[in-house]
Amino acid sequence: MKYVLLFVETEQFNSDMAEMSPSERERAYDRVNEWFANHSDKLRGGSKLKSSDTATTVRLDRGEPVIIDGPFVEGKEIVSGYVEIEVADLDEALQAAKTWPGCPVVEIRPVEFESM
Amino acid sequence: MTDAVNNQLARVVREHASRLTASLIHVTADFASAEDLVQDAVLAALRHWPVEGIPERPDAWLFTVARRRGLDALRREHNYLAKLTQVQWPIQPEPDERLRLIFICCHPALPRQAQIALTLRVVCGLTTAQIARAFLVHETTMAQRITRAKQKITDARIPYRIPADEELGPRLAEVLAVIYLLFNEGYLSTAERAQSRDLVDDAEWLASLLHELMPTEPEVAGLLALIRLHRARAAARFDLDGRLVLLQHQDRSLWDRNTIEGATRVVARAAKQQRPGPYQLQAAIIACHAEAECWQDTDWEQIVLLYDMLLHLAPSPVTRLHRAIALRYRSGPQVAMTELDTLADELDRYHLYHATRADLGRELGRPDEARIADRRALELTANPAEQAVLHQRIGYSYREETSDNDD
Repeated sequence: MKYVLLFVETEQFNSDMAEMSPSERERAYDRVNEWFANHSDKLRGGSKLKSSDTATTVRLDRGEPVIIDGPFVEGKEIVSGYVEIEVADLDEALQAAKTWPGCPVVEIRPVEFESM
Repeated sequence: MTDAVNNQLARVVREHASRLTASLIHVTADFASAEDLVQDAVLAALRHWPVEGIPERPDAWLFTVARRRGLDALRREHNYLAKLTQVQWPIQPEPDERLRLIFICCHPALPRQAQIALTLRVVCGLTTAQIARAFLVHETTMAQRITRAKQKITDARIPYRIPADEELGPRLAEVLAVIYLLFNEGYLSTAERAQSRDLVDDAEWLASLLHELMPTEPEVAGLLALIRLHRARAAARFDLDGRLVLLQHQDRSLWDRNTIEGATRVVARAAKQQRPGPYQLQAAIIACHAEAECWQDTDWEQIVLLYDMLLHLAPSPVTRLHRAIALRYRSGPQVAMTELDTLADELDRYHLYHATRADLGRELGRPDEARIADRRALELTANPAEQAVLHQRIGYSYREETSDNDD
């Protein structure tokens, strides 16, 4: 079964990251890399996304397409990346999400059409 | 239908429903449809049994109905059909299948209310209507809650298994929390819900099933003992007029001594494992109260000590409040009041905090302060039995005032 893990950053997380010394930040990246290495057999792609400043949203529910600068929800929690993982069930997906050493919120969504 | 017949029906259904669900999942490997079939069979039983009497083999009766429904409903699904036609009752599932059932119902990916509803329906064999009545919720709301939870189990593939060792601790805590909430829901509800299901009975039954399935888990034993110790004193909790009687004033000859001794043994045995937990400690505290012949004999020293241990494991302002109440009897009202002062911010919205302040205020000769605190407590509780106690304490003058205000 495939799931997408959506990684969500918070303002607190971003300011904590900004305050880190270079060596602390390096260690934080190392932990994330280690997580990727440990889960490599389950990972089926995904990516870190550029900051939400770069986001453009298109709304198609207002007659003509409306193009808006920014992410689709203006909020303090921003999707910052995603991976697709292939595991047996939700418990395994939870196990992977619980050990994620990066941003502080992870949403797990089952993938509907696995063949795509 | 009389209550006695109703209760008997409920007990028989509860005894067999979850075993049947587990057995059908064993055969069909599909939680949602197995659960639907059993719910259908339970509804049929509740229609037929009051008229025809409870069959000699209720389990076989329920199985036959569930199987027939399954065959009717799923004629087009050949695999499923083939499996169902072959099976004979009794199916011999693995001994731990009901445990899996409990763990899937209490999965942390489901919201708490759905965990409770699903556990009642799947493990205790309640109908959706019964659950809705017990929680004072509209039946369609409850049905949606259950449908959504089952849908999520299927769509997100929540596994049907006992959690692995490293997961077992937190997952078991989740199950215990569900049972404990169920117990509290039933325990705090009073006469207004006398017509509805006895959730306390379901909670005890669940705890005892879990204890049977996981005999070496001390916290399961702790919760079972906790529930039994509370229930053993039930007869003394209300007076003949249905008014709540505080522990201090209860007629202890009404307490069920056999149950108290049994439950105390359960928690003492659990304690030998030296894996203390909040449920064991709470049970031990109630055991201390239950073992005292009279209020004056209460071992407050021991109770304060147990609260200290409880706070160490599970810090909470409400537990500190209870410890402060025990402190009053060990070290006097002034010490207790000083302790309460430190809780003012955290517990300002909690009625028991103010009721306790009122008690201590009276004892310390500060009646005005006490009356204000009692009124504050009254504003904050929605429980009619507790409201009645507070009304009584505030006395006639308060009623006069409120009737003035009403004008």
